Amino acid sequence: MSKSVVIKGGTILNQNGELRADVRIENEIVVEVGANLKGDVELDASGCIVTSGFVDLHAHLREPGKEEAETIETGSRAGALGGYTALVAMPNTDPPQDSVAVIDFVREQGKRAGLVDVIPSGCITLGRQGETLAPMAELAQAGVNFFTDDGFGVQDASLMRRALEYARGLGVTLAQHCEVAELTKGAVMSECQCCTDLGLPGWPAIAEELMVFRDIELVRITGATMHFLHLSTARSVELVRAAKRDGLPITAEVTPHHLSLTQELLASYDPVYKVNPPLRSSEDIRALKIGLLDGTIDAIATDHAPHPRRDKEMSLDMAPPGMLGLETALGVVLAFGDLEIKDAVSLLSWNPARIAKIDSAHGRPVSVSEPANICVFDPELSWSVDLQRLASKSINSPYVGRTLRGKVRHTIFKGTPTVIDGQAQK
Amino acid sequence: MKHLRSIDELGASGLLELLQLTDHMAEINQRPVPKVPALRGRTVASLFFEDSTRTRLSFETAAKRLSADTLTFNVSTSSVNKGESLRDTVATITDMGVDAFVVRHKSVGIPWQIEQWTKASIINAGDGAHQHPTQAIVDCYTIREATHTARFDGMQITIVGDIKHSRVARSNIQAFSMLGAKVTLVAPPTLLPPDVSHWPVEVNHHLDEVIPTSDVLYMLRLQSERMSQGHVPTLREYSEQYGLTQNRVARLRDSAIVMHPGPMNRGVEMQIDPSDVKNSLIHRQVANGVSVRMAVLFDLLGSGANLGGQA
Repeated sequence: MSKSVVIKGGTILNQNGELRADVRIENEIVVEVGANLKGDVELDASGCIVTSGFVDLHAHLREPGKEEAETIETGSRAGALGGYTALVAMPNTDPPQDSVAVIDFVREQGKRAGLVDVIPSGCITLGRQGETLAPMAELAQAGVNFFTDDGFGVQDASLMRRALEYARGLGVTLAQHCEVAELTKGAVMSECQCCTDLGLPGWPAIAEELMVFRDIELVRITGATMHFLHLSTARSVELVRAAKRDGLPITAEVTPHHLSLTQELLASYDPVYKVNPPLRSSEDIRALKIGLLDGTIDAIATDHAPHPRRDKEMSLDMAPPGMLGLETALGVVLAFGDLEIKDAVSLLSWNPARIAKIDSAHGRPVSVSEPANICVFDPELSWSVDLQRLASKSINSPYVGRTLRGKVRHTIFKGTPTVIDGQAQK
Repeated sequence: MKHLRSIDELGASGLLELLQLTDHMAEINQRPVPKVPALRGRTVASLFFEDSTRTRLSFETAAKRLSADTLTFNVSTSSVNKGESLRDTVATITDMGVDAFVVRHKSVGIPWQIEQWTKASIINAGDGAHQHPTQAIVDCYTIREATHTARFDGMQITIVGDIKHSRVARSNIQAFSMLGAKVTLVAPPTLLPPDVSHWPVEVNHHLDEVIPTSDVLYMLRLQSERMSQGHVPTLREYSEQYGLTQNRVARLRDSAIVMHPGPMNRGVEMQIDPSDVKNSLIHRQVANGVSVRMAVLFDLLGSGANLGGQA
């Protein structure tokens, strides 16, 4: 018999409404919802929202291969502090997640850390080289149902078509990083007036939109399920909106940074703002936000991309793209996203759990007999990032000096608190 | 002024001050012994991560004429090739006690990034396609000297060629406009940045249309790799459309002047020998380079020093 945990004095937020009540958890399950509950561990949640733990569709945990930047354990801890109970691990590791051996390794390391469910995604093509398909059936048998070459888009339209056809047979989802590589050679930032001034090669919006369009049409003829990663432009949102209107099985995500930071920040010459796809204009941000409100965009995903300090101390053109996201996602979304709390939770938890097909354990209502993967957050608390206190091994957060709103207070994973009062428990 | 990294950062008043100071330096350079003790005890390090002949030599000559000590960091023999980071390189040289870095790098923004690793002054000698401020000051000084005007109000300056990849163009557009000139860019659209609507310039794709109205014709170098990158079909075609030919020289105004930042690509943007052009200022640009860089070094490092005395 494990210890019982009671969350006291919070407001439970589920898809069907809100309820002020305490929550008692035993043996990984919510066992009671009601007033004045008692337990072995009591967590104060006054002024807080009690809801399902967040699910990140897009986390680079860097293990195996780049443990200097992050490990599955440190990334899991960062996730727990951000209110996450499940992370989809991106496959651009070294070796990449294109074999059962690596998939099993990632999943086992996740279990060993025991802080979140680490859900390994698989590569679409072998070695993410864009040349031949990865053994998708074998990987699907090993439990993978989300495939992507993230970091690269699959350039070859014919190969992508085959991948979608094959995926349809397996009932798995393909997720695309939309970037036509010929149009972004050497690109450092969005193609805009600021990049004209800086003399930097630009990453034009159309490089994303062409692939979004191509893949929508490939979904139309193959019938496979498709997810668009980190959309960044207004026109991409329009294309997805039209595709959904046609009833195509398509979902899409945006990142917190594409909702909050603009391309002009590159004029500071600080590589912390270099990310792929690049930061865009305030008009794009407006369009992404409309997409969140009208259901065109299904999820907010972090694209958490840790890099060691020395790699980000290079010039803009040499520094690798990417920024941290797990520990700041909620605070950024509530500070900059112009969203109701319920919509934010929908985008951070309920919807991504469905997209990752882990909605039997995550994104569940906080109610009796449900699995206890729970996030408790204060939606009003203002705070700022302290690089010294990040759980991530890396410090490439662009939010230093910016005020965020909304902070995770407790996270409960499989009935056990992984975070209490903002402190990681292991 | 602590650093010189872009013309924008310098501002119009800073630019005019440096141009005046350059007059003093030009006078020193006329002396039988062109050397003063103004920067004795100061150390200037040249940090060139990219090839350069005239800019590096011109800075080093300028530093020596002001009696500063110079260090040259040669990338091909340095630890950078052994994987030393830029930060470590800058910090190491700073520890040796330098007062100024003259930096050239293929990457945009390096002169701003290294500020966090050193207390020394930073002079941008070219960062990627972004800025090359001392070249712009040299060019302004050279035009002033030739036209005997302090400002360029109403002057029509035409910049021809690969604007997209040119740090000289970006600095000169800012500097020429600050002094009142009307700037026209002439290039095929493939050699212009995708959006220049916010720049204080006119754009024309036909050189022949602007030849008769230009007071200054500023030719940029076209690198041959632009052809393989698809910016121009062939160098021959580029040369026909945008090169300076005998025909075009003949259609220039009598008073019009021709400039080029070097190194020239003869047979491409320059189809004729510059010495055949009556008002070519190309050699004056090189000569003035030393005086301008003396002015910049003195302005950054010469606090309290005066320009009198003999070294």
